[in-house]
Amino acid sequence: MLEQSILATSVWRGDAEGGEFQRFEVPRRDSQTVLDVVTHIQQELDPSLAYRFACRVGMCGSCAMMVNGVPRWTCRTHVSKVSGNVSGGGGELQIAPLRNLPVIRDLVVDMAPFFDKWTAAEGVFRPSETRAAPMAKVQPGSPARAAANAGIECINCAVCYAACDVVAGNTDYLGPAALNRAWTLVNDARDGGQAERIDAVSSEGGCHNCHSMGSCAQFCPNALNPTAAIAGLKRETVKAKLGWRR
Amino acid sequence: MIRPHRRHPLWFAYLLHRVSGLALALFLPIHFYVLALALTDPSGLDGFLRWTEHPLVKLVEFGLVFLLAVHFFGGLRLLALELLPWSPRQKSLAAGAVAGAFGVSTVFLLNAL
Repeated sequence: MLEQSILATSVWRGDAEGGEFQRFEVPRRDSQTVLDVVTHIQQELDPSLAYRFACRVGMCGSCAMMVNGVPRWTCRTHVSKVSGNVSGGGGELQIAPLRNLPVIRDLVVDMAPFFDKWTAAEGVFRPSETRAAPMAKVQPGSPARAAANAGIECINCAVCYAACDVVAGNTDYLGPAALNRAWTLVNDARDGGQAERIDAVSSEGGCHNCHSMGSCAQFCPNALNPTAAIAGLKRETVKAKLGWRR
Repeated sequence: MIRPHRRHPLWFAYLLHRVSGLALALFLPIHFYVLALALTDPSGLDGFLRWTEHPLVKLVEFGLVFLLAVHFFGGLRLLALELLPWSPRQKSLAAGAVAGAFGVSTVFLLNAL
């Protein structure tokens, strides 16, 4: 039954200068993902459609798009979950490039500003020992390690960045993913760059811009909680200001 | 229309906190002006206070108390969120702030009527 119904799909076509939605009719199939729909359009209906994907199994973080106004990892998003129930048809889908990032073409955005902010947030590990030092002993059950573990499964898909209204309103804001990364390193006992990191995340575009709307945590496909990470950074920056940080 | 990525409880809590804060900011100058009448125009103040006995004004005051209470409780939630160890129950706490504000403002209204 599902094979015969048609999914009315609007796909955003354009570039940095602008664009518009183009309608496609895509055959509805069982267990169809949004990425399957985009791939069908590119392979069967219009080979000029630009989009980005790699692993198709929710690991690489390259296929995120706005699906019916919400940022999602398209390879793990079933059409049945998001297309609605349009009677007599296969539902409706609107697919657009990720919000808050410059569009290169069609569904492909420039991820450079997103990753630049990871660097700006000191999201890089700064070893406190040389490689000649013995293996660091980190207690897996320690509170700091637990806090770090809660945030390290980020796949860099920028769904949180696209969901964030603070990013939309303040282009300097580092954003949920970069700050979440900084929080995992703040809790890494082996890291030696803490003072620089606290400075970076409490700078003008830092963690104190967050209004705790929670959209990042709401839409993170890996169920991470950048809102909690940013709240942690706020606490640490306050402690640092008061001289309470070790 | 509220865009799809904003339709979740904590975004509505954010909106309510902002709108209530803005409304209170607009209310405060009027509040201080009325208080100042006690010094500048006591009979004018008496007239104003008689006017506030009207049930419709009490109903508006209910809204005002709700805004104040929801901004207060919501602000406590945000302070706790930012300064105390993280609690995963943020949606429940936000709902509690609204419920608490509704309770406080309802008690005010029942007393006033």
